This record gives sequence, C-alpha cells and structure tokens, in this order.
Amino acid sequence: MKGRGVLTGVHFMHGDHACAEGAIAAGCRFFAGYPITPSTEIAERLAQRLPEVGGVFIQMEDEIASIVAVIGASAAGARAMTATSGPGFSLMMESIGLAAMMEIPCVIVDVQRGSPSTGLPTLPGQADVMQARWGSHGDYEIAAYAPWSPQEMFDLTILAFNVADRFRIPVMVMADEVVGHMVERVVIPPEDQIPRWERKRPRYPAGDGFRPFAIEDEDLVPPMAHAGEGYRVHFTGLTHDERGYPDMSAETHHRLVSRLVEKVRRNASQMIRYDAYALDDAKIVVISYGCTARSARRAVADARRMGIPAGLLRLISLWPFPADVVRELARQAEVFIVAEMNLGQMICEVERYVSQPVKGVFHAGGAMIPPDPILQAIREVAFHGSRAGGGKTSAG
Amino acid sequence: MAHALVAEKHPLDDLIRRDRMPHIWCPGCGIGIVMRCYAQAILESGIPVERHVVVSGIGCTARVPGYMNLDSYHATHGRPIPFAIGIKLVKPELTVTVFSGDGDLAAIGGNHLIHAARRNVDIKVICINNFNYGMTGGQVGPTTPLGARTTTTPYGNPEHPFNLPYLLAAAGAVFVSRWTTLHVRQIKQDILYSFRKPGFTFIEVLAPCPVGFGRPNDIEDGVEEMRIYRRRSQLVYRVPEEVPWEALEVDLREERPIYVGRFVDREREVFQPIRLTSKG
Ligand SMILES: Cc1ncc(C[n+]2csc(CCOP(=O)(O)OP(=O)(O)O)c2C)c(N)n1
Ligand code: SF4
Ligand SMILES: [Mg+2]
Repeated sequence: MKGRGVLTGVHFMHGDHACAEGAIAAGCRFFAGYPITPSTEIAERLAQRLPEVGGVFIQMEDEIASIVAVIGASAAGARAMTATSGPGFSLMMESIGLAAMMEIPCVIVDVQRGSPSTGLPTLPGQADVMQARWGSHGDYEIAAYAPWSPQEMFDLTILAFNVADRFRIPVMVMADEVVGHMVERVVIPPEDQIPRWERKRPRYPAGDGFRPFAIEDEDLVPPMAHAGEGYRVHFTGLTHDERGYPDMSAETHHRLVSRLVEKVRRNASQMIRYDAYALDDAKIVVISYGCTARSARRAVADARRMGIPAGLLRLISLWPFPADVVRELARQAEVFIVAEMNLGQMICEVERYVSQPVKGVFHAGGAMIPPDPILQAIREVAFHGSRAGGGKTSAG
Repeated sequence: MAHALVAEKHPLDDLIRRDRMPHIWCPGCGIGIVMRCYAQAILESGIPVERHVVVSGIGCTARVPGYMNLDSYHATHGRPIPFAIGIKLVKPELTVTVFSGDGDLAAIGGNHLIHAARRNVDIKVICINNFNYGMTGGQVGPTTPLGARTTTTPYGNPEHPFNLPYLLAAAGAVFVSRWTTLHVRQIKQDILYSFRKPGFTFIEVLAPCPVGFGRPNDIEDGVEEMRIYRRRSQLVYRVPEEVPWEALEVDLREERPIYVGRFVDREREVFQPIRLTSKG
C-alpha cells in the first residue's frame, strides 16, 4: 500500500497530528522519539504514517538516543525530527549543541507542559522558551517557532524543516499542550504548494580537496556532504577547522563559534515570522505567542471596542527574536505588555529593545491565561498612563 | 650489505588521514594497534571504502574516526550507538562501525549499548577496554577491576566491573568476541567477520593504557601489559561449556587466565524499520 505523503484538503485535526502531517509534507522521513505527554500523539501518528511513505520510525530508549539518532539520520541525508516535552527536552540539550556545532540540520518539537521537573504532564506551559535559546552550553544560535493553532502546527513544522536545512541549524517548534491537543480546521495545500528550501550540497563531485566547513558564500552556510557519498568527511563536536579536523587553537575556536552565531544573525530576516494585529496606531502594544496569544488577541479586540488604542504583536519566531520590529514599535508605543505562560521569559528580550515600561501578565502554567487579566492590564495602563506600567501582573 | 627497501606507498595510506599525524596517543597505548586492524579489515573487506562509516563518542579511543579517511563522526560522550543507528536506518547499504572506549560505551552510553543489542540493529561495535577513563586522566570506569587503583579510587575500587561479553550475550548481540592487542590477526579477522555478519556485533579488545591504568596498578609499561596478555590469554571455543560466563571477568592484577575468543556467534532476526512501501 502506498500512503499519501501530503494529505491535501480541509481537515478537522488535532494539533499534534497536524504537526506530524506537516513533517510528512515537508519530506521528513525519519523520526526517533520517546513517549511523553503532551507530545506522544506526534510519535503515534508518525509510527503509522512514516511506514506508509517509506520513512523510518523508531522509538528509542530515551530522549538522548532520540535526538542523537535524528542527528545521525540527518548526517546520512534524511529530513529528521523528534518530538518531546520539557523533561525530554532537557535530556536533549547536550546533543542539540552537537548539532549546532556539526551544523547538522534537525527539527525538535517541544509540546510544552507545566514545568519545572515533571510538573504538570497533561497541562500547558510556556516556560521552556529560554531553554530553547540557551539550553545547551556555549554560544550558538538556533531558530524556534511558537504555533498558536493546529494550522500552524502544520505550517511551522514545514518552515522548521526548511530553515533547518537551509541554514544547517537545529530548529525547534515550541508548541504547548493547548495547541498540541486542540482540534481545529487545518488546510493542507496541494503537494506542489508546500514550500521547500533545500540543503546546500557540494558543488563538485567527491574527490580530494573537499573542505566540508569551508565558506564559499555570503550566507556563511557551508555545503553539506552526507555519509556514504564518497566525500570522506569528518564531523566532530570539537572545535574544528575548514577540513572538519580538530584544532585546539583559540583563533580557530573564535572563528568557528563566531561564524555559527553570525550565520543565524546575518540570515535572521529569512527566519523571522510575526503577526501584527491592530498595531498601526497602537499606543499599548501587547506581545504574546502560542496559545496565550489567542487570549491576547481577544483582549486587544475588546480593548479596541472600548476605544483603547491597543494592538498585538504575535511572535511566531521566538528565535531569532524580531528585535527590529519591536524597536520600530517602540517609536509609537507608550507602554508594552508581555503575556506569557511563565513567570517572565520573553519579557526579558522585549526589555532589551525598548525604553518604555514593560508590564508582564504571567502565569506559571497549568491553564491558559484567559483574556481577562490581559484586558485588565491594558485597561490599567490606558487609564493610569504609562506610570502604571512596568509592574508584573499575575494572571493566576 | 643489503639495501634498505623504502616503500613509497603503504597499502593503508588511503585509509588514514596522514595529514592528521602525529596522533595524540601516548607511547605504549594500545588503541593504534586496533585502529590498524580496523583499517586492514576495511581494505580486505571488498566493501568500497565509501560504504564504510565510522562513529565514536568521546575518549582516547573515540579519536580513531578522526584519523580514518572515511566518513567519520565524533559524537557526544556515550552516544555513538544512537548516532550510528540513525545513519544505518537511513542508508542500510552502509557498513557502520562504532569504535569507542569502555567508558563511553558501557558507562555513560550503557543504556544505548544494551538496547541496540536487544534490537539487534545492524551495526558493528569495536570496544577498546583499557579498564579506565584514559582521556580524562585515569579515573575508575565500568570495567575497572574490584580493588584497582585509579585517580578516583586512590584506596582501591570498591565496585565490581562489568563483564562485557556476558552483558552483551545477555542483551542479545549476535556476535561477541574478545581479544587483546596482542591478537592482531584475530582482531582483524573478527572485524572482517563482523562486517559480513548481519546484526549487532561486539568485539572487545583489551588494550594497555600505561598512563591511566598500568602505572597505578604496578604494570610497568605497555610492553609489560602485552607480556601479561601473552602469558595469561587462554582461548575459549565454547561458553559456558568450557568456562562459565562469570569466568570471563578480567583482572590483570590477578594471576588467572584472561579468556579470549569468539563467545557468541548466533542468528537472530535483524532489526528492520517497518516498511509498507518498497521505496519512499
Ligand atoms: C557528558 C560528558 N561527561 C564527561 C566527559 C569527559 N570525558 C571525556 S572522555 C571520558 C571518558 C572516556 O573513557 P573511555 O570511553 O573508556 O575512553 P578512553 O579514553 O579510555 O579510550 C570522559 C569522562 C565528556 N566529554 N562528556
Ligand atoms: S591515556 Fe591511555 S588510552 Fe589515552 S592515549 Fe594515553 S595510553 Fe592511550
Ligand atoms: Mg577506557
């Protein structure tokens, strides 16, 4: 039986399943994972779907093995993914750094639950967003996307593969339990309309002289040779030179790590995604993402009905952070409000780029932040002016 | 007087990254011997060099892939087996060898080791057992004998070691053998054999680490350890008929046999991912 790769059509679909279908549509043909709520349905769906399309599904002994198998599969040329939640995400951190250092593309889906530790296995959280950026040791940069709907579970999973391949970095889909378990309309386009950004590949046939980490282009991304193609490449997590050989000098180290970071910064405009709602004349700018942004949009709509000039910047890419967009908004805004299901993470990033007061609407997780506390925060700053800004509001 | 014969080219030249020499290993270290056996086996395997891939974790042994002129991957500590599984499942036509140390494979990576053997995934493991963590300066490891001295067991090791062949046999490997760095022919022969044997194979090679294990345990140098191997190695054809599994535990400091040989050679169904299509 030949299963269909792209399930073109209109569906009423579970967020985790939409993520799995996004992976299949993106050409993902390898999944390794370890069950963990609320991400398990992604693995279950792919266990069924990958064999239908000639892909490989394997349930590993833990999340460390899962991410490492994904990196190995990608080194051999496959589009490869794993999915997990907080505890598993923590276990993966060391080898996410390996993927960054070896420049092996991979996609990691974290369907966030209440944390830290085992936390709230079946309930939502958004407290892994800084871990996505900084979780592995050392300096490196990644991309991370926060879907707010099953539709975006589909779309952003595809984008994650494209960004991972195009820039040879680990890319994370930072979903949450609400979005992962929500059932909503998902439109899957025809196969030929699925965007595809390819991995850059060696321009010359295998032979002497291929230097796997030599930079030929402005984008700082080296072409990638896969296992078994005859290039006889060496990949190491040690600091390495253009040949991929270990080189323990401070100069090589600085050059390599700077390039890995600069590679993402220089190409950030191709990775950054956001959504603007009622921002044109907004004086009160609410910033939110993932499931919380659904409440934030409602709060902003209600505020507008009351005549309050509020708007919403919905972060789709958490990383790279759309710093220029926030800086631009700072020219018109009197106050910022950040709503997120943690005790203040992305707010730190907003505070880096604006001089206005930034008010937080936080909750440690376990239940969605409803529109009310966000609306209340908007009204407070609207009626008391920016002097009321800068405080932190607990939504709990 | 005979003229010295200078060879312009060594048969293994193509398999070694000569531009990476000299290597990092200490005088008397056993790792290089095993790497040479691996290179020789590749040469004799008849499998094109491009189809060989070598993966390691971290450690002195794990530096081997960096010196092999193959597609080679030096992964995180303890993780070469899942890395190799990823490669193998995507490109089953490749011969994927994991070349790593006892600590890497049996301590931090121990879970992957037993699960890969249980699955019987088709990868070839060469494990250098030097009874300690060489790279980090001679600490106790999962194969350090009870009572042995290392930098973190200055009063003697209070723990029992793993008996690796017994562990791998129990976990499900289809081929398990053990040699010492003295047994270069057998090592090469078994690596060659493992290339042709479908499933999870495990070759343990006991090797001197004169710096980390030898010196604190009164083994003067690498040569002295080779002498111990010569004096005490005893070939076993069938376990447990000839000797019980428990007897395969090694302690170089005790005057008892070091059993070597092919302990397991059996058939089990090889792990295959589920496929519903012939080609995807
Ligand atoms: C996660 C992690 N922990 C610790 C280390 C430090 N470390 C490097 S090699 C090594 C031990 C290697 O021992 P073994 O695998 O026996 O290799 P050998 O050096 O003896 O060949 C350790 C603990 C590391 N690199 N990564
Ligand atoms: S420390 Fe031991 S294992 Fe490492 S290179 Fe030296 S002798 Fe070999
Ligand atoms: Mg060792």
